[in-house]
Amino acid sequence: MSTALVTDLTIFVLALLVGIEVIGKVPATLHTPLMSATNSIHGIVLAGALLIGVTAHNPVGYVLAFIAAVFAAANVVGGYVVTGRMLKMFRKKAAPAPVSQGQVSQESLVTLNGHKGLKGLAGKLGIGRDQS
Amino acid sequence: MSGFTTNVQLIYVLAAACFVIGLHLMNSPATARRGNQVSIAGMVIAGVATLILLIHDGTVTATGWIVLIAGALIGSAVGLYAARTIQMTAIPQLVSMFNSVGGGAAALVAIYGYYQVEHTGGVLGSTTVFTVLDVIIGSVTFSGSIIAAGKLQGLIGGQPIIFKGGRLLNLVLAVVAIGTAAYMLTTASLPALLIVVLASLGFGVMMVLPIGGADMPVVISLLNAFTGTAVAMAGFVIGNWALIVAGALVGASGGILTKLMADAMNRSLVNIIVGGFGTGDSVAAVGGPVDAQVRSIAADDAAIQLAYASKVIIVPGYGLAAAQAQHGVAELGKILEDRGIEVSYAIHPVAGRMPGHMNVLLAEANVPYPQLVEMDDINPEFARTDVALVIGANDVTNPAARRPGNEISGMPILDVDQAKSIIVIKRSMGHGYAGLENELYFNPKTSMYFADAKKAMTELASAVKTLVA
Repeated sequence: MSTALVTDLTIFVLALLVGIEVIGKVPATLHTPLMSATNSIHGIVLAGALLIGVTAHNPVGYVLAFIAAVFAAANVVGGYVVTGRMLKMFRKKAAPAPVSQGQVSQESLVTLNGHKGLKGLAGKLGIGRDQS
Repeated sequence: MSGFTTNVQLIYVLAAACFVIGLHLMNSPATARRGNQVSIAGMVIAGVATLILLIHDGTVTATGWIVLIAGALIGSAVGLYAARTIQMTAIPQLVSMFNSVGGGAAALVAIYGYYQVEHTGGVLGSTTVFTVLDVIIGSVTFSGSIIAAGKLQGLIGGQPIIFKGGRLLNLVLAVVAIGTAAYMLTTASLPALLIVVLASLGFGVMMVLPIGGADMPVVISLLNAFTGTAVAMAGFVIGNWALIVAGALVGASGGILTKLMADAMNRSLVNIIVGGFGTGDSVAAVGGPVDAQVRSIAADDAAIQLAYASKVIIVPGYGLAAAQAQHGVAELGKILEDRGIEVSYAIHPVAGRMPGHMNVLLAEANVPYPQLVEMDDINPEFARTDVALVIGANDVTNPAARRPGNEISGMPILDVDQAKSIIVIKRSMGHGYAGLENELYFNPKTSMYFADAKKAMTELASAVKTLVA
């Protein structure tokens, strides 16, 4: 077994342990976005798909590189966009209902500021469950 | 490895660090969006590093560039379109499709690597074992995830599809794949490669077909873990650390979620992998307290209970999402909250079609996340709850799980029966996936409100409004 392979295996095992440690702390509330986020992370296989191009100099190589690039690009772009879309929906407070024009700016400003200020605190409080 | 390539590997390490930090930030909804952005930054870094490698190498032909760029653009467009237009109820299908293409791409990387060795008459190196593993795992994930997505989308029946000799065929496919793979290790042979790919694709299909709809959260998680492993194997094949780290992270995540889902459904991981899939669906109904009476109520009575409660817990199940009632529930919750009633949502780990699915559906309906409470945290709360409102959830509320000797014994449940009164919204007295009578419905504290979830929400909301107006 070559040294490079041993290094690779070491990295794999350590990354696996880091993954277990980090992901074990993600609350159940976020499990769907988490899976979607890890989904986009495995889109890194795009790098592998592109690297096929280095030695692909015949039709077989081109076809395989093309399909791999389509698959991986769809995976990475779609994964990140849909994760972002989902996470945007998680609000600490219900978004203010559409109110009459006079009130709107004032109210939404307060909510926005409050949200920004609370961001760091909420992070420390974990998911900040059970407001009551 | 030349000096230049080594330096680029360092950039990949930076990308890998971004992935870890990004996932770490997902431990709270408040920081999760930033986590996603950090992760994107890592991906951009990795992409740029790869381009630098390709340009520096200078061996990519003009056709090669066109093929790669066209492929990446087409893939991005498809991914972007799907991600932008997908309904939140259909997220599990999309995640499954991304699993599929991710696994497929990883398999292709290995297939190409092996083909290249055979084509150029090169020697099979020590990484061949990873190449072969990548081909198998990637192919199984590719076809298995497509079947899973088809089931979730309703293109293939959600019922487990079992036919005579299915198990045997599965075993044969596995033996053929692994046996031929062993041969591939020693001799570079394209026919052998083809056989392994086909057998693995077949195995993926056969593995998921017999699985019932209720087991989908486990299946998606498992396939997610497979994809991660396949990508890590691809990393070994091309000697790229970013792929190895990213793949390991995804593998760990998928593994953890699989375990959580399996525990929540009271099935052992071994039982699931070896082929105990979908057994819960085929169990015959077990006789419950047949002579017991259920109490049926109308919207007005339910509204009175809700409007004059001081603490209400809403228990949503997949039936809620199936009836598209999440917005109605959120509205009812809001009306009650505005009356000063304490409202929270009890989320069982397997509520929905994938881990955490119900949270996303409720978040989309504008329910603030602090109201979404996990099972272990909400269970002690039921005892001081005036009304527990169960919508489209069944087995996860059945007190029979606490007793030994039935299908769901030992399954973690929500302690709904501890609440002072219980309202169950259900279309009929039909059974849940376990085919078991729910004892909760015969509890003297329980009232049954027979209606479609969406219609019931509208009726309840207007009834509460008239009551308090």
